[in-house]
Amino acid sequence: MLSFILRRVVIAIPTIILISIFVFTLQKLLPGDPVLAMAGEERDPQVLEFLREKYRLNDPIPVQYITWIGNALQGDLGISLRTNQPVLELIGQKLPVTIQLATMAMIFALLIGIPAGIFSAVKKGTPVDYVANVVALSGLSIPNFWLGIMLILLVSVKWKLLPASGYVPLSEDPVRSITVMLMPAFVLGTALAATLMRHTRSAMLSVLNSDYVRTARAKGLVERKVILKHAFRNALTPIVTLTALLFGELIAGAVLTEQIFTIPGFGKLVVDAVFNRDYAVVQGIVLVTAVGFIFMNLLADVAYVLLNPRLRKQ
Amino acid sequence: MKLTKLTKLTLAAALLGATALGAQAADLRIALQSDSDVLDPDQSRTFVGRIVYTALCDKLVDITPDLEIIPQLATEWSFSEDGKQLTLKLRDDVVFHDGTPFDAEAVAANIDRSQNLEESRRKSELSSVTGVEVLGSHEVRLDLTSPDATLMAQLADRAGMMVSPTAATQAGADFGLNPVCSGPYKFKERVAQDRIVLEKFADHYNAGEYHFDTVTYLPIPDTTVRLANLQSGDIDMLERLAATDLAQAEGDSGIQVASAVSLGYQGITINVANGDKADNPWGKDKRLRQALSLSLDREAINQVVFNGAFAAGNQPFPPTSPWYNSDFPVPARDVEQAKALLAEAGFSDGIDLEVQVPNTTIPLQLMQVVQSMASEAGIRISLVSKEFATLLSDQTAGDYTASQIGWSGRVDPDGNIHQFMTTDAGLNDAKYSNPEVDALLDTARTSNDQQVRKESYNAARAILNDEAPIVYIYHETWIWALDSAITGFTPYPDGMIRLKGMKKEEG
Repeated sequence: MLSFILRRVVIAIPTIILISIFVFTLQKLLPGDPVLAMAGEERDPQVLEFLREKYRLNDPIPVQYITWIGNALQGDLGISLRTNQPVLELIGQKLPVTIQLATMAMIFALLIGIPAGIFSAVKKGTPVDYVANVVALSGLSIPNFWLGIMLILLVSVKWKLLPASGYVPLSEDPVRSITVMLMPAFVLGTALAATLMRHTRSAMLSVLNSDYVRTARAKGLVERKVILKHAFRNALTPIVTLTALLFGELIAGAVLTEQIFTIPGFGKLVVDAVFNRDYAVVQGIVLVTAVGFIFMNLLADVAYVLLNPRLRKQ
Repeated sequence: MKLTKLTKLTLAAALLGATALGAQAADLRIALQSDSDVLDPDQSRTFVGRIVYTALCDKLVDITPDLEIIPQLATEWSFSEDGKQLTLKLRDDVVFHDGTPFDAEAVAANIDRSQNLEESRRKSELSSVTGVEVLGSHEVRLDLTSPDATLMAQLADRAGMMVSPTAATQAGADFGLNPVCSGPYKFKERVAQDRIVLEKFADHYNAGEYHFDTVTYLPIPDTTVRLANLQSGDIDMLERLAATDLAQAEGDSGIQVASAVSLGYQGITINVANGDKADNPWGKDKRLRQALSLSLDREAINQVVFNGAFAAGNQPFPPTSPWYNSDFPVPARDVEQAKALLAEAGFSDGIDLEVQVPNTTIPLQLMQVVQSMASEAGIRISLVSKEFATLLSDQTAGDYTASQIGWSGRVDPDGNIHQFMTTDAGLNDAKYSNPEVDALLDTARTSNDQQVRKESYNAARAILNDEAPIVYIYHETWIWALDSAITGFTPYPDGMIRLKGMKKEEG
């Protein structure tokens, strides 16, 4: 098991390097000069040139890359061109926010998606199954931004039940923190719930027809036990993998939801950074995201092996 | 089992959250359209940054809503006979947030920082200042190369904001991470893209007139969401309400709306001499540019795109400004005349024009209306929508034929025109050059005689209206929406939010 994990980690290193080179170069190909973008209305050529020198933007791209990756390895991701704040500090501020959002969205998705999936598999071909599928399809097709704005207008403006946007750190006021995050987490979780529901349904369906389920039924076990203990546990393996992968996607994909609910998370950070050509921030985020994705993949693989005893021997 | 517990928890949380809403009366929550950049008056360049400074950093002088210069940290001032010396008397009851006293030495240190900090963006604004003489503990004299009519207006903005010399020396270029000024509110914390929190500075000389314990600025870029936050009570006020949301805001009894025509303008800059791309009929023949201007119904644009809330315009100053030249009123649309001009220039079958435009809603809507109006005169406009950073860099590089762009405006008229229309000026992306205009605008800049200035601008206007390197279209109106319980807010054409006297009536 340990050697399996080690092997995966070693494979991850060149992946991260490749991603970082790719993103670094691609970003430099973007039109628009970061210093000019920063300058906005005020463009004093002397100051602009000083800033280009200060942020080493006049160096050849390979030199810029090597300097950057060298510093990154020492834990220095540079400073934001726009606000002068250290990139690492910015990421440190934003990451917990997005993780909280993604976790809550995942809880919503699991609470809705899995029971719905089981239910519709068990009731296959009945109106229940039909309705669940329609709901799931809607969950996948309704865009987040529309659902978000509708919820804000209804829940916050009309009913005044929940705050329309913003963020309170968990450590500061846990109850309010969760309250503020309820709507965005729900919005972000809907599409996911639908995906989970569809996957749970098909995994359950294939398991429900298998011999051991028939055996369990033949033994005279209560149907609930058959479904939850025998069938569901076996259907769980692909769902766990999927969940882990979806979690990584959630973190990267929270962009729109964070924009609508003005949650100061990772997604908002990256969007603003791209528009402002705040290179250091974009690079830092991409690196951290890439590492995060690879880590989630690794976690999924480990979970897979743990859940499936047959794979453990290999 | 687990599910029911969680549901209960969620419900409880929701209820608790709902009751906690609006429980922070001593905090004023203001939504801004975007996040501020670095919080250092010498390094910053964003409009929203200036809104935050209004509470954080006092300036040497301030303005009235009518754009008159009035005392703030300087109590009185006078120019020498030849206009080359400016003497300022200072308040003697002011301290910075870190306890450093504010005096003549502090002013000298600030001017020095604005001029010599390598990162400083204020260099050009203070380029006429050659030295600062400390005349007494609270009296300074600025020596100038030549008379500078714009200087007082600069001192009413970021160049005149005083930062604590102690803190500035210690922090250097990192000052913006923890700014220390002498304003009515001091810096408490900042979470990028989330909030900037200021708390009341008890030792401010005018502390009695500021009624909130803390002020929180929240960047909320989406206008609909900004308004929703106000309607739900999550914020107390917002700046830059979209003109299209005006009706909704006015229809809500819990909300009041305030507005002021801005100092800035929006228009189409045409490349007349910036590189190879200027080498086309549009860059060479002013009749085409005049025809474009004549093809537009500016009032209709204002009605269609901005629900009539903005101001139509054909000059760098809005028609409400004392500097507006009434000899050239906003022209009525004249398609026939536009066609005649095109024919005269040899394009009786019409002509193409490519205009680059920022890829955001308002500029696109604006340009679509312009496109359809111009087409009736035979000008076939094609739009190239670009993300703003790209548009700006193409425009500076001369890689454009025409560009839809604007300017947020300055208190002194010079700030709206000199940088754009004089040869070799920093923001002259059209590379327009006319020695006569240069001379007139320089005269206006270096005279302290209002009459001479006005005449110079009028004379320059006559030339520029004819040459039309920029086709001006409209002037934005700043629209604020506030909780109706807020009193004491005064709209200013500079778009700033001055907190003096503002209160929230409990009830």
